[in-house]
Amino acid sequence: MARAKVARKSTSIDMTAMCDVSFLLLTYFILSATAKQPDPLAVTIPSSTYKIKVPEKDIAILTIGTGKVFFETLGQDIKINTLEKIGEQYKIEFTPEEKKRFSVIGSFGVPVQSLKQFIMMDGDQRKKSGLEQGIPSDSTNNQLADWILQSRKAVAELHSEGMRVSIKGDAAEEYPVVKKIVDILQKQKINKFSLITTAEGS
Amino acid sequence: MAELDTSGGGGKKGGKVRSKKSSTKVDLTAMVDLAFLLITFFMLTTTLSKPTAMDIAKPDKDEKNETRLELRASQTMTILLGKNNKVAWYMGEAGKSAPEIQNFSQIRKSILDNKQKVQAASGKSIVMVIKPTSGATYKNFVDIMDELAITGIKSAPAIDDENITDAEKAFMKQEGIL
Repeated sequence: MARAKVARKSTSIDMTAMCDVSFLLLTYFILSATAKQPDPLAVTIPSSTYKIKVPEKDIAILTIGTGKVFFETLGQDIKINTLEKIGEQYKIEFTPEEKKRFSVIGSFGVPVQSLKQFIMMDGDQRKKSGLEQGIPSDSTNNQLADWILQSRKAVAELHSEGMRVSIKGDAAEEYPVVKKIVDILQKQKINKFSLITTAEGS
Repeated sequence: MAELDTSGGGGKKGGKVRSKKSSTKVDLTAMVDLAFLLITFFMLTTTLSKPTAMDIAKPDKDEKNETRLELRASQTMTILLGKNNKVAWYMGEAGKSAPEIQNFSQIRKSILDNKQKVQAASGKSIVMVIKPTSGATYKNFVDIMDELAITGIKSAPAIDDENITDAEKAFMKQEGIL
C-alpha cells in the first residue's frame, strides 16, 4: 500500500494585519490620553475608598501644600472669562495674547499684580522666577476669594451651572491651613465641596 | 505583498541567470508583542490614575445667627483629631466620660461598637461629631471621613473645628496629642 503523503504546512502566520490593528489602537490610546501637566506645587494626596470620580468641567481645584494655595479652573473659556473679570476688578488690562496664553496654564499661584509678567514667561522661567508664592489669602488681601468668586460667575454665565470647588491638599498639610481655605469658601456660602483623593487599593 | 528584486548584478552570459529570490517577509511577532504591551500600558494608565472625589458638606456658617443645634448626648460620639496620628473619642457630653486615645487602625472597631450600642439602646442611629484640632494633618481628616464611610454611617457627620471646649483641650494637652 502506498503511504499517503501528508503535506507539511508552515506554521508561521501572517502577522501584518495584527500588527496594523495593534498599532492603530496604540496610536489611538496615546492620542486620547491627555498629557499630564506637571503640577507647579507637588502634593501627595491622601488615599480613600471613595469611588466617585472628579468631574472634568465646571470645577475649580485649590491645591494646598506647604502653606501655599494654587488655583485652577478647568476649561479654556472659563479661564479666559475669569481672567477678564479679575482684570476688571483689579484694573489690569490683559491683551488677547495674554488671555490666550493664560488659557493653557494649569494650576498657578501668583499674586494678581505679577500675573502679567508671569503669563509671558515660559515653563522654565516660571519655575525659576520665584513668583509662585501662592495666591494671597489673608483677610486684608484676599485674592483667592476673588478668584473663586469670579470663576463661579464665569461658570454660571457661560455654562449656566454651579461651579464645584474641590480641594487637593497635601497629606502632611496641617489642618489649620486647610481650615483657613475652607473658611474662605464658607464666607461665600460654599458649604459643599469635594476633597480630591486617590483610590485606595482594597 | 510587495517584494523587492533582490537579485545580484547577474552575469552577462547569454543565458538567463536564475536570480535567487529570497523572501522579504519579516517576522512581525516581536513587533506585535511590543505593540500590545504598549497598548496595555496606556489603557491601564489612562483609566487608573483618575483621582476620586470625596464630597464634604459643612454646616452653613451664618455670622448673624449663632444658634447651635443641640444633640442628644446618649447618641453622640465625638472624635477629636490630635497630632501624631492619634484620635481621642468619647460618647456623650464632654468632660463627663473620659476620652479614649486610639490610633487610626483601632478607631474603626470603636465606631462600629458604639454604632451598635446606640442602635440597641435607643433604636436611633448614631450622630458623629468630628473635631479636627490644630495638631491634626489634612490626611487625618480625610482618613476619619473615610472611616465613617467604611463603617456605614449614613447621616452626615458634624464637622466642628471651632468649638473645641476647654475640657477637651486640657485632656488632649495632658495626653500630649495637642
